[in-house]
Parts: sequence; C-alpha cells; structure tokens
Amino acid sequence: MPGPDLLSSQGLRLDGRRPNELRRIRCKLGVFTQPDGSAYLEQGNTKVLAAVYGPHQASKSKSSTEAVVVNCQYSMATFSTGERKNRPRGDRKSLEMSLHLRQALTAAIKTELYPRSQIDIYIEVLQADGGAYCASVNAATLALVDAGVPLRAYVCACTASMAWHGGSPAPLLDVGHVEEAAGGVVLTVASLPSTGSIALLEMSHRLHSDYFENVLSRALQGCRDIEVILDKAVRDHLAEGWTKQDVVTV
Amino acid sequence: MAGILLSHTEKVYITHGVKNEYRSDGRSNIDYRPMELETDVVSHASGSARLRLANTDILVGVKTEIDVPKPDKPGLGKIEFFVDCSANATPEFEGRGGEQLANSISNIMLRAYQSAQAFNLKQLCIFEGKQCWKLYIDILVTLCRIGEKCVVDPTAEEESCSLVSLIVGVTGNPKYYNDYEDEEELPAFEAKCSVISMHGPGSVSPQNLRDAINQGIIAAVCLDEALGKTLFRERRDTEQFKRHSYGFLK
Repeated sequence: MPGPDLLSSQGLRLDGRRPNELRRIRCKLGVFTQPDGSAYLEQGNTKVLAAVYGPHQASKSKSSTEAVVVNCQYSMATFSTGERKNRPRGDRKSLEMSLHLRQALTAAIKTELYPRSQIDIYIEVLQADGGAYCASVNAATLALVDAGVPLRAYVCACTASMAWHGGSPAPLLDVGHVEEAAGGVVLTVASLPSTGSIALLEMSHRLHSDYFENVLSRALQGCRDIEVILDKAVRDHLAEGWTKQDVVTV
Repeated sequence: MAGILLSHTEKVYITHGVKNEYRSDGRSNIDYRPMELETDVVSHASGSARLRLANTDILVGVKTEIDVPKPDKPGLGKIEFFVDCSANATPEFEGRGGEQLANSISNIMLRAYQSAQAFNLKQLCIFEGKQCWKLYIDILVTLCRIGEKCVVDPTAEEESCSLVSLIVGVTGNPKYYNDYEDEEELPAFEAKCSVISMHGPGSVSPQNLRDAINQGIIAAVCLDEALGKTLFRERRDTEQFKRHSYGFLK
C-alpha cells in the first residue's frame, strides 16, 4: 500500500495537520504598481508572485479574431527548491506548467469580450514546498481580479492524496513537498467552485478507481474552502482601497 | 524597460536643476531614495534578502554547496552569480528577453567580487586543494527602473535625459558585518572601488569622470553605513525574538 507513514497513529500528518486541513494561506493584492494586476500568495511554505499585463494588443502571430489570447509563463527562482535549480524557465516542466495554467485560467476568463487582444500572466515561484501549481493558480486568480479582468468565477486549485489509517482509507488535503516525495498519489484539481465545474484534473502515480471519487470530492471541498479565503482577501483589499483613496485625494 | 516620454523643456528643467544641486523630488545630488531591506525572506536558501527602492524590487538568494577548488587557486573558494530578470518586471522580459540585462549585471557583480579586498575567498576554503564552499548568489529582479550614479540614484526621468550612466562598486567596511565585541584597533578603513561600468550613448571628459567616481564612493560609503546598521539591528532583533517577518505581505 502506498504511503504507510503519512498518517500517525493519532491521525496527524507529517507536519501536524489533520487530513482535511489546508495549509495557512496568506495573500496580498496589488504588490506591484507597474503591472496592471499583481498578487502575492503564500500557501504554507510555498510562496508565489503573480503579475498580469493586459488586455493589450496581441502580437500578430498570436492574434485571434474570436477571443482573447491568454499567455502564461511559469518560472521558478533558482533558489526556490531545496536543490539549486539551474534554469528558471524554458525547461520542459515549466513549459508544461505554463500550458496547464493557461488551460485553467482560460476557463475562467470571459474570453469573448476581448477579440484580437492578449492577456499576459507571469508567475514567479519564490519558494516551492509542494503545491506550487495550485498556489500559482490561486495567485493568478487574485492578480486577474486586481487587474480588473472579467471572470466567470474564481479559479481555485488544490491537491489531494491518499493515506491509510488503521486499514481504512483517509484522503489527505493539500499535500506538501515531503508527502509528495514519499511516493503517494497526488491528484491536482483546478475548479470553478461557485459553478462546481472542473477546469483541470491531473494525477500522478496509481490510485484504485474505488477510491477515486473520495479523493476527488476531498480536493473539490478544498477548492471551495480556498475560494472563501480568496474572496475574503479580495473584499478586504477593496475595502482598504476606498479608505486609501480618500487619504490620497485630501 | 518601459520608456519615459519627456518633452525638451522638461529635460532642460532637470539638467538645470542638477547643476544647482536640487532635483525634482527635493533630494540633493548625492541623496538616495528611501529603501526597504529585509533579510531571510526565503527559508529554503541559506541566506536571502529583499531590497525595495522606489520602483525597483530585487530578491537575492544565496545557496552554498561543497565543491572542489580550482587547481590553480587551491586556497580559495568559489562564488557564482546568476541574475534573473523576471517577467513580472516588464513583459519585455518574457522568455529570454531580459537576458542581455541579466548578463551585464552578473558580469559587473563578478568583477566587483574578484578583488581580495572586496570579498575574501579564503574564507570559503575547507581543505586546501580538496574541498571548498561554492556560493551561488541568485538575484531576481522583480520590478525595475534601474538607475545608478552620475547624479546619485537617478529617477527614470533623470536617467532618460542623461548622456552617460556610471556604476561604481565600492568595498564595504568590515566593521559593520562582523561582531566585534571588544574595541579592537581596526586599521583605518578606506573605501576602495572594485568595479566601474559605463552605459549610455554619450561620452564624458576625464575630469567629470573622476568627480563622478568620487561622488559615487562618498554615497556608497553612507549607504554601506546605513545598511550595516540595519543588518546589525535585524540580527539583534532576531536574537531577542522581537522581529516580525513581513516578506511581500507588507
């Protein structure tokens, strides 16, 4: 059976969380003034910066007459992982991540409103401790909201895994790097929680189909919880923004 | 970097102001803009720092590795710089767009640290000829309007009407970076210049160049003193558990 040590006898995980607990999420919108929208998000020890430029005129090669072109770049700082990473971007994994990001975000943006235009989304991972893709999607959502790009719904992403507690299966929410490296299955889901639909689904390793529904529903629940947190952050940012404006104009 | 549009009259205004020692934001010719510095922002790296200067935001991470010293320099360690211009700064840095700027900055840094008085590589040696530390210094430019000294620390507007910009690297005073508990007799410290680099479409006379270098050294010494005091205060706060960690959240 995979992952024998992921849950202790008291039902606690390697970092002390319960199986259905998310890591602490802290976020801030509008960290930079130059991009149209920016956000910083921390999920546990994973730290991600997102910047959005657009919508602006599309380069000729990428222009589309029906919908906006969403251009994503996923880049990891060289000091972000335990072992120093030589190439921040352009390697296969980063390109694959950029494609997944594009898929998840294109599902949420109202693309039909901006034909012949382009939206650039740049993600910089400052510290990767598992779930870097999920943190990137969440940060990108906040940055899009900060930029004022119309969205159908929030996009939230979450991972889930499977562990065994006394012979019965226990799905784990929001896997960290140590749990990922232990070899258990990791299911990554990006969904639009308010509509209940799934934008991206990805799984590594093996999972018996009997347990799939269980793990998937745990991940979707995680996405709903993250949406609540992101929504609160957006509302706090806007409330603060009104008072800041008053101070500046006086 | 994003272009600044200035009319001819505005350029004349700035250049005349500089001649009379006042600038558009009220500083004198050798004043720096206020900067924010925070250390230990990335916990995966052995050391890290974040510097914010008006519109410029830079994140530096240092990672160490044990390596074999060079055969012609058995008693010295190794140091390597890597600069990454993130696309968060401007969309022109997407993919390999920022490579030219990044390469020029890393070359300047390498030359600055080559001299033994700037940074003593002997400190990095473990076993002479067999093992040494290799420091990887990774600089992530997250937001930039980079400027450096002819007028010290020009804003983007000032830089766009300057003919030449000069970068001067000056050695730091060791008094601020070590713990000297007793009042030792330190040799009188003289700041030395370890690297000079010029950019810009114009040319400058030797006398002007000498004045500019001296001005740069004076400003750098003040900056070094301020930095040293801040680092000392941070270290003291960490020891007394008073320090709050902000990172990008503030």
